[in-house]
Amino acid sequence: MSSFLLPRRHALLAGGAALLAPTVLTGGARAQETPRRGGVLVAQTFSDLRTLNPAIRTSFAIHVYTSKMVEPLVDLDAEGKPAPRLAVSWESSPDGKTITFGLRKGVQWHDGKPFTSADVQFCAMEMWRKYQNFGTQLHRNLTAVDTPDPHTAVFRYSVPMPLPLLLRAAAELCQVVPRHVYEGTDILNNPANTAPIGTGPFKFVSYVPGQHVIMERNPNYWMEGFPYLDRVVIRCIPDAPAAVAALESGDVMLSVYSSLPRVDYVRLGKDSRFRVGTKGNEANPLFNTIGFNTRRPELADPRVRRAFAHALDLDFYTKNFDYGFSRRAQGPWPSGSTFFVPGVPDYPFDPKKAEALFDEARLKRGTAGPGLRYKGRIMPNTSEGIRQLAVFIQQSMKKVGVQLDMQVMDSPGYNRKVNTEWDFEICTDTGTYRGDPAVGSTIWYRSGIPPGTPWSNQFGWKNEELDRVSDEAATEIDPDKRKALYNRFATIANSEIPVWMALQQLMMSAVNVKVRNDHNMPRWPSSSWHDTWLAS
Amino acid sequence: MILRLFWLALRRLAASLPCLAIIFVTLFFLLQLAPGDAVDAMLSQMGTSDDRLAAALRDQYGLAGPQSARLLAYMGRLAHFDLGQSVQYGKPVLDVILSRVPATLALMTSALLLAFILGSAVGIVAARRVNRWPDTLISTLGLVFYATPSFWFGLMGILLFSVKLGWLPSGGLTDVSANRDGFAFLADVAVHLVLPVTTLALIYFAIYLRIMRASMLEVMTLDFIRTARAKGVRETGVLVRHALRNALLPLVTVLGLQAGAMLGGAVVVEGIFTLPGIGSLALDAVLGRDLNMLLGIVLMSSVLVILVNFVVDLAYARLDPRILAQE
Repeated sequence: MSSFLLPRRHALLAGGAALLAPTVLTGGARAQETPRRGGVLVAQTFSDLRTLNPAIRTSFAIHVYTSKMVEPLVDLDAEGKPAPRLAVSWESSPDGKTITFGLRKGVQWHDGKPFTSADVQFCAMEMWRKYQNFGTQLHRNLTAVDTPDPHTAVFRYSVPMPLPLLLRAAAELCQVVPRHVYEGTDILNNPANTAPIGTGPFKFVSYVPGQHVIMERNPNYWMEGFPYLDRVVIRCIPDAPAAVAALESGDVMLSVYSSLPRVDYVRLGKDSRFRVGTKGNEANPLFNTIGFNTRRPELADPRVRRAFAHALDLDFYTKNFDYGFSRRAQGPWPSGSTFFVPGVPDYPFDPKKAEALFDEARLKRGTAGPGLRYKGRIMPNTSEGIRQLAVFIQQSMKKVGVQLDMQVMDSPGYNRKVNTEWDFEICTDTGTYRGDPAVGSTIWYRSGIPPGTPWSNQFGWKNEELDRVSDEAATEIDPDKRKALYNRFATIANSEIPVWMALQQLMMSAVNVKVRNDHNMPRWPSSSWHDTWLAS
Repeated sequence: MILRLFWLALRRLAASLPCLAIIFVTLFFLLQLAPGDAVDAMLSQMGTSDDRLAAALRDQYGLAGPQSARLLAYMGRLAHFDLGQSVQYGKPVLDVILSRVPATLALMTSALLLAFILGSAVGIVAARRVNRWPDTLISTLGLVFYATPSFWFGLMGILLFSVKLGWLPSGGLTDVSANRDGFAFLADVAVHLVLPVTTLALIYFAIYLRIMRASMLEVMTLDFIRTARAKGVRETGVLVRHALRNALLPLVTVLGLQAGAMLGGAVVVEGIFTLPGIGSLALDAVLGRDLNMLLGIVLMSSVLVILVNFVVDLAYARLDPRILAQE
């Protein structure tokens, strides 16, 4: 029975930006070809949350399945700008407290009933605001959704809601499911949560939890002539070698969300049967984070945290250990995002400076044992890249007199130890940027987050100015002012580094060359695939 | 005879009850020792966070109260044959387990049969040609199979037969891109099971062949074999009717003992071949800290092992009537 205790060999959120990867995805570039109708597209991903209702749970592991069946109000276009889906127009009142969506006409649910503003109202008030992770935060100040006519939904907030924030978040967080299926039922246990009814280009056929979801063409899809594919099957294959084999044998045609080991991306990239790369994943970059428990007196001193940062040769790491899939980040907003402004405090590799900073903070060699400045534990979360980074940190820190003992746990264990009990000194993890700092990024730094909240401020760190800036920016409707506030945020965050967003990367996809019109927008794995087709 | 069998079965069952209870309580507390609960696992899988979600989920799944109270509640429900709800699946544990049983049963019985038949046949051949080249070849191969981890065989099998040659599917129980039913469906499942069954069977094949060889060699030196030969029974008759039946006893013993171990092997094989069986379910349950599910699986497995061993006892009696007579 010892095999029960083997860690799962999946590459949870591994992968990275293919800066040095040999080929780049070129989906969507073959404009001269006539799309072929029909065919079954089998795709692979590594996890399945056993629920298929994106209106109450949001995660890559849900959207990748449901985005073909359930549609959001707004999605992103090829350039990452808001693109109409179920909403065709949007407008904010001058005070930013009222946002009016014009809804698409002539849209039918998969069960034949018409889609109206009542559906949007129900989802917003009863699902997003009440149950959906992140939705509860985003719509915290939503007081009502008015429906003056079947094709207009008016969102009323008690404090200003920046329109760009809502529109960007909508792609993930404003997913619409039918009111007539959910109203008056126990929403969390509604059977439609595992057999979704939506408006999307594909209709639900069957779901075997932990195995696959099968979908078929929706003949009544509102976008005339789409989709091209007859069926879409998404298989959950957590075992990375098995996933590689399935792709290579042609059993699956594409693999999304960094489900394969890095070394296989390098190998498949050289194989003419596949395209490998990060295109189509730009909307949600990942950070590799290094966090410090500032409840420990030594780590409460920002000089000590900076010393850690200076002691790590990250350029060497990405080149030699990470196949060039990641690179140094510069602050909490990824380069390429709307809010990125270069010039936040940075920590180039400089071991001498690191030693000097330790000395300044009175952590001299010999204080924690012979030749040692500090002794503590480093805890990596589960994922291929993160454990490797932890080993690199451990060995780099040894050179400047810091001994870190590694404590490896599976992710529930990590969640309990680090995120709930705060029983750690250094932790390394992966953080996702969700298109807007207000969605899931500022909580990495904000104080007052209760224990047991993963991917937030586990570090016991508090900075009043940052808390204030964070709150102001969340309700600031002037885009320039908002950007300035977040730049101030980034400057404080990176000069104090309670958590250091050390490396930045994009998720990887590997695609069989027969697939066409893939990865043609920045969150493609979780998009509708209505225009995707298979060459014969 | 039937009545005696019934009493034998009942006695076995009664003897295994305390054992089951110990397994349950130990497992319950062992799993509490692993840091994190089902909600921790769920949140980490979600890849998202929310300050209100965790508490709401713990309430929803009844993970709040003290451990002892939860253990008592669990045992109480079990007494009513209620295995409870799975946190991961949001369904009754029994339903989920039953939906996974066919794949594992097909995998295990096929692998066991294959290993048993091939192992005994090849073992006999080796014993008959002892210390000559067929024996050396078979014994060496057996050692190689026994020493190699099953996941390596599985991966190499996938690499050769599905990636390079394209003869067999790389995983799964059926071809999900096609819509098959009836005979075509069964054929499809059979094709999908070729590699996993072979992978799982190889190790046990190696064990059975070595046991069979040793056992055969021993039996062949016994007096009754000489008697049979002296009577003028032909060599095949001596082998099959006189020697084999006696040589099978140790093999059948091991077969029963290993039914449980095979379930462990199924975890690895089901993982590699992404089969929707009990093994992968158990692994998921551990990683997801789905206590009800794990206890349910342990219960099912224990019942299965007890059953198999009961069948093995019956087989003893059939092979050697003296055994039942002594009971």
